Amino acid sequence: MIRIIPRLDIKGPNVVKGVNLEGMRVVGRPELFAPHYYDEGADELLFMDTVASLYGRNTLDEIVHRTAERMFVPLTVSGGIRSVQDIRGVLRAGADKVAMNTAAIANPRLVAEGAEHFGSQCIVLSIEARRLPGGRYECLTDGGRERTGKDAIEWAEEAAGLGAGEILATSVDNEGTGRGFDLELTRLISERVGVPVIASGGAGCAEHVRDVVLIGKADAVCIASILHYGCLEAMKNVAYAEEGNTDFLKKKIPVSSRSAHNRRGIQPIRLAELKQSLADWGIEVRRTEREAA
Amino acid sequence: MKPVMIVDYGLGNLGSVARAVRFLGAEPVISGDPALLLDAERVILPGVGAFGVAMENLKRLDLVAPLKQYAASDRPLLGICLGMQLFMEESTEGDLHAGLGLIPGRVVRLQEERQRGIKVPHIGWSGLEPDGREWSGTVLDGLHPGDALYFVHSYYVQPRNDGDILACTTYGDARFCSVIARGALVGCQAHPEKSSGPGLKVLGNFLDVHQH
Repeated sequence: MIRIIPRLDIKGPNVVKGVNLEGMRVVGRPELFAPHYYDEGADELLFMDTVASLYGRNTLDEIVHRTAERMFVPLTVSGGIRSVQDIRGVLRAGADKVAMNTAAIANPRLVAEGAEHFGSQCIVLSIEARRLPGGRYECLTDGGRERTGKDAIEWAEEAAGLGAGEILATSVDNEGTGRGFDLELTRLISERVGVPVIASGGAGCAEHVRDVVLIGKADAVCIASILHYGCLEAMKNVAYAEEGNTDFLKKKIPVSSRSAHNRRGIQPIRLAELKQSLADWGIEVRRTEREAA
Repeated sequence: MKPVMIVDYGLGNLGSVARAVRFLGAEPVISGDPALLLDAERVILPGVGAFGVAMENLKRLDLVAPLKQYAASDRPLLGICLGMQLFMEESTEGDLHAGLGLIPGRVVRLQEERQRGIKVPHIGWSGLEPDGREWSGTVLDGLHPGDALYFVHSYYVQPRNDGDILACTTYGDARFCSVIARGALVGCQAHPEKSSGPGLKVLGNFLDVHQH
């Protein structure tokens, strides 16, 4: 079955969403989104600490801790993990897996040490890549800000060999744009490595998810914008903390007017609707009892 | 009622199992104390990682004999993932390793077929299929064929007696035993503590066994 993994980008106390990993806008509290996605049949949840690489770890552990108390699906934490000790702390808070990018590139041994200490199933290698002229993919670090010169496909294979249990492949070019996943990036990695590949970055509609599964050969798909805006549509009052760019919520942009999102290619969708569409296209997804009823 | 003992032998994320047990209204205790194990009324043997390392740790902590003794007394014991695999006589993971030998059979590796997208480890949600035995009155009471649980594994158990198999799961060309049940002994290859509604139902059934 293909896993659908809502991705919550966390900045301080809020869930944020940007474009190309930048220009973060507050969309609400994690306590709002996480239970909503759990109830709607999320196969896992991914928490991404968006500023951890830049400023060090923040209070994400606390958010994960609260989530883990009553949401019984795998939880992955990404962002700011630099050591075996950091991994241990995140797992202790209630995460099941950690995803590492910046620190793994700086110190590939961290992937091996993490797998030795906690098992490969805990260690997700996160790759944030951009396409170079000529078709190669370069790994970026620090939230898409720093170039590394490292080839993304080769790094995926190397990291799987070091013990990474899954590869999370994010297209920085497409992230937040809604113009679809980078199918080539996903496919190249999926065909090269023997471990599952999670596609991330670019979903604008259900068809994009279908394509990254059927053409990009993704084993799992991370989705943020279209689900977040779908979730907001389903809610009247959105709780958020007064921190960061909250204009979007203050102005009460009618989230029901899909045209506002369509200009950016984002078509809000509910998780259950998305899974229904995928099932209709012959893609095996997990259905929860409520959907089946 | 005594707390549910979650055996701590240095492998795996025991907190998530404890949280699920607590969520279901039982009191968990995480411990590696052999005396506590011998005295327990309900035990969960979790575990992720390597079979050989797991057996080494159990030996080092003097838990092998108490586990066998506990199981022999027909008290409820649930093995999760690697914990289930440890029930078997032997595993082919790495070198050949002897297991606890609570259930006749062995542990073998899943076959990778990258071209068809069959990757190893098998990570994700897969359905449970009946295999001849009724589910009602067992740990799978209330589940429906096809209900999916969350798996993370590269190896699976091959019980010698079909009668020990409660459910199977298909991954690639392999149809493997995903739930084992023999008396009060239950093994689940998937992670019920990470499997949402159906998983909580499995755990809840285990916590209810012999309680009425």
